[in-house]
Amino acid sequence: MLTVILILLPLAISLILLTIREERVIRQFALAGSLAVFGVAVAAFIQYKTCSHCNLLFTADWLSTLGVSLKFGMDGISLLMVMLTTFLVPVIILSSFNHSYSRPSAFYSLIFLMEMALIGVFTSFDGLIFYIFWELALIPAWFICAVWGGKDRIRITFKFFIYTFVGSLFMLVALIYLYFLTPLPHSFDFQWLYAATLTPVEQTWIFAAFFLAFAIKIPVFPLHTWQPDTYTTAPGTGSMLLAGIMLKMGIYGMIRWMIPVCHIAVKQYAPVAIILAITGIVYASVIAIRQNDMKRLVAYSSIAHVGLIAAGVFTLTLHSLEGAVIQMVSHGINIVGLFVVIDAIEKRTNTRNISDLGGIALKAPRLAIVFMIILLGSIALPLTNGFIGEFLLLLGLFEYSVVFAAIAGLTIIFSAVYMLWMYQRTMLGRTNAITEQISDLTRIEMAALIPVVIMIFWIGLFPGMFLDVTLPDVLQIIHFTK
Amino acid sequence: MVDFSYTVWILLIPLIMFVVVGLFGNRFKPLVSGIAGTAGLFVMWILSLITAYKYFFVLEKAADGSFQKLLAFNMRWLNLTDTLHIDMGVLLDPISIMMLIVITTVSFMVHVYSIGYMDGEKGFMRFFATLSLFSFSMLGLVVATNLFQMYIFWELVGVSSYLLIGFYYTRDSAVAASKKAFIVTRFADLGFLIGILMLSFSTGTFDFLTLTGANSPAFSSGTGILFLGLSTMTWSMIFIFMGGAGKSAMFPLHIWLPDAMEGPTPVSALIHAATMVVAGVYLVARLFPIYIFAAPVALDVVMYVGAFSSIFAAIIACTQFDIKRVLAYSTMSQIGMMMFALGVSGYGGHEGLGYMASMFHLFTHAFFKSLLFLGAGAIIHAVHTNVMNEMGGLRKYLPITHATFLIACLAIAGIPPLSGFFSKDEILAAGHDKSMLLYIVESIVSGLTAFYMFRLYFSIFWGKETHYHHTPHEASKTMTIPLMLLAVGALLAGLIPFSMFVSSDRMPFHSHIEMGIAIPAVLVGLIGIFTAMLFYRKETSLPDKIYNALGGFSKAAFHKFYIDEVYLFITKKIIFNYISRPIAWFDRHIVDGAMNGIAYVTNETSEGIKRFQSGQLQHYALVFVSGVILFTLLFTYLLTN
Repeated sequence: MLTVILILLPLAISLILLTIREERVIRQFALAGSLAVFGVAVAAFIQYKTCSHCNLLFTADWLSTLGVSLKFGMDGISLLMVMLTTFLVPVIILSSFNHSYSRPSAFYSLIFLMEMALIGVFTSFDGLIFYIFWELALIPAWFICAVWGGKDRIRITFKFFIYTFVGSLFMLVALIYLYFLTPLPHSFDFQWLYAATLTPVEQTWIFAAFFLAFAIKIPVFPLHTWQPDTYTTAPGTGSMLLAGIMLKMGIYGMIRWMIPVCHIAVKQYAPVAIILAITGIVYASVIAIRQNDMKRLVAYSSIAHVGLIAAGVFTLTLHSLEGAVIQMVSHGINIVGLFVVIDAIEKRTNTRNISDLGGIALKAPRLAIVFMIILLGSIALPLTNGFIGEFLLLLGLFEYSVVFAAIAGLTIIFSAVYMLWMYQRTMLGRTNAITEQISDLTRIEMAALIPVVIMIFWIGLFPGMFLDVTLPDVLQIIHFTK
Repeated sequence: MVDFSYTVWILLIPLIMFVVVGLFGNRFKPLVSGIAGTAGLFVMWILSLITAYKYFFVLEKAADGSFQKLLAFNMRWLNLTDTLHIDMGVLLDPISIMMLIVITTVSFMVHVYSIGYMDGEKGFMRFFATLSLFSFSMLGLVVATNLFQMYIFWELVGVSSYLLIGFYYTRDSAVAASKKAFIVTRFADLGFLIGILMLSFSTGTFDFLTLTGANSPAFSSGTGILFLGLSTMTWSMIFIFMGGAGKSAMFPLHIWLPDAMEGPTPVSALIHAATMVVAGVYLVARLFPIYIFAAPVALDVVMYVGAFSSIFAAIIACTQFDIKRVLAYSTMSQIGMMMFALGVSGYGGHEGLGYMASMFHLFTHAFFKSLLFLGAGAIIHAVHTNVMNEMGGLRKYLPITHATFLIACLAIAGIPPLSGFFSKDEILAAGHDKSMLLYIVESIVSGLTAFYMFRLYFSIFWGKETHYHHTPHEASKTMTIPLMLLAVGALLAGLIPFSMFVSSDRMPFHSHIEMGIAIPAVLVGLIGIFTAMLFYRKETSLPDKIYNALGGFSKAAFHKFYIDEVYLFITKKIIFNYISRPIAWFDRHIVDGAMNGIAYVTNETSEGIKRFQSGQLQHYALVFVSGVILFTLLFTYLLTN
């Protein structure tokens, strides 16, 4: 039941928000609502723990002649993704208080619509429902970027839309094809999809379609070109939603059904996918070094980081898959933290250009410390959240191929290079005319960032807690590939 | 059985200090954080001394008469799979206890000294908080029970070093130096990580007790040829050594160390002289059984890299004028000698002389080198310059600094009966047993060491007296007392019968001074000192003449053999301009362009065919997808009926 509440509550909040007119009330309601959703997620987590992995299933018939049912539930992987989503939304909403958006009721309403769609994606146990939520998530994301975005937003969001939409179409076609291969009577239920009998050729085609859809979302090189533009031009809130949560849909989709459904093709084409992903790591890192816009730099760094996750997923080793799941959570937290910090700097200085900044640490020590902590998390310092995932991913890659691991491991160096460069040029050194009068973090910004910092250390110090939640389910996924 | 579980507090105290001072330090006067940090270190120092006493004198030895290795504390941190798990704990054996003593002693002295040295600095609290973080990381590194724990703390040490080098963060050179140190060592750490993965993959464990025990899986596994005729085990140990070479500033990964001198001088004394930079030596010593039994080729690499680094750095040290940089190159040179000693060592008893000598030198070096740095700090404090040409005749003004600095110089030059004599003598003896050529090289290094140290000494304390703006005066007691205490260490540390405590197989043995080695070594040292005296005691034109006579060579040495320029060329010119920039262009115009092209063609085609004049691709796409869905649903409906 909690699973259904988790989906319906954001929807209800979203609708109620549309009826409120006063901006102050909208904000307060949005924050309270997002915290309530997070509360429900925590309750679901506790229930999941106490009932020993009972999946919190909810099933209702819908279009039963077609074998489509409203089947929602959560295993450990879903649960972590839901926790991530519901944790990040309040952080994102808090950080949005820095700006005064036009038409605030629509803006916050869309955020909750998106939250609902994301939770739907992570909890649906039915292929068609998954697809519907997958598409649904795109709409609020597109509106947020297109309406409240920056320069050149129409052209860029249009590109973003087309990219992801094309991918989705392929997925839909593959899904329908797969449906007809399920045992009679056909069903979109995941269990049925897993049970479909496919010839190797069919596996290859379905794999190709799924891979395209998921790879665009993640994004994997060379399908990434929508991403830097979109992150850069989107409003801070949009970038956070996209990078923090939405791209995880792609990796989640790969783990959830691409691997179980077409594992033969996955194994066969794994080297190609891994090479693409690893190329992306080096390629994006090298480009990130050259960036002057902080948001753009983080966007490219994100391509590198998720490239490592994607590479790890395709090794199909236990360590890599475990690492992929925990790294999705860590990456979400870290990149949202980075965007919040960048947003705070931009709000004060009206620029994101690294070359215009400098010496901020002198004027805003709290900002500098928080930025440093998030940065250390994202360059995977041991005992912060980025480390264990990166280590497990590299361990899995190493078991697959030493050469792949060595090249992918370059991310350890590259991330330090561009992140420290950015930190050096913005935070350290002497102040200039632009940063002279910069003020330190406000209470609201601290309220958004302290939970992020806490999570960075919590996951870093006690990764076992998070890995244990997903272990049985990851083993299950691997079992499918045997 | 003697209980050692309290040793975990040696780790926890600095961690608690870090958190408490970091979070609440600004609520009190700055001095409070300094005193709290120092008090914490005092407790850790006492605990370490007690541990050493109990371990070496109270605890009974193993059946064969060797010192035991014991797990004083162990905790399962992470279960990866049923077989692979990661532990955190405290491993006590002779070398980890020796490191505990070195770290807590030097750190305690540096803390006391810093209260005076850093007085009035903005960020006094931040300084002590970061020092606590460093102490925690460094101690966690040396007591690590397994490679993984070592790697974790290894990285944390790197971050503390980064934060401390960049302490004066408004100064561009300091910021650049801190970043350089972090990135160069991180590059080395990638090698370390790959080495760890390879080693643990072939042996199935991270645990030191298993890996270096009598029946280690490392001896039997990973023997297959991997690449270039070397076995997997050899490669993994070479990669692991790469990590050690990065931290210990071995050629060619040494470039960060001289720049790291931008940090506050107490930091240079603690981190970049006595503790962190010897982590690489410690790492090789920790895994020594694997090196010697399973990867002798890797041990040869250690030997050659160590020997080359020691002579390379010694030559550069003779040409530098910044006193801290001279000391930095001297550190690199001395660490090279320690690596060399490990590289020539065998296993067990006298065979393992090199191992013992290396650890001995690490121990004595910590005292005299931190003393030199703290002395340099006192000098810089007094005259406000780092450059030795701008000093001279300071012996009158800084009597205590002068006396202690002289002791340290004599110790590092290897003059008996000071500490450096004993440890250096053992290194040369071990080298002599292995290779005549390298023995000669190391003897030259010893001579050069004596020369450049006394060049420094005479230029600072003798020579022509410069006109100072303010009359220099001796530093406060909090700074001179640590100097005097460390001087006692530098004087006497060599008298400890070290081989009775530390040896390659943990079995005590007697080592003695061989006159055939000791006499030439002392003579070489005296020649170095005498030459320096001739050149620098009174101002002469002799050094310039020799410098000019050597022409290109001395110029190259002065420019540190252009290694920095080579790196700069590779990173800035090649990677930045010739790789990064074109790829960024490629991404924007080719990859993105191709994708736009596909979209454009699709759009044009569809418009051509359909003559659909709405002109909006997005509208078209929506219609298209609704069509697909409707069609499919209809199709399915018909099919199922």
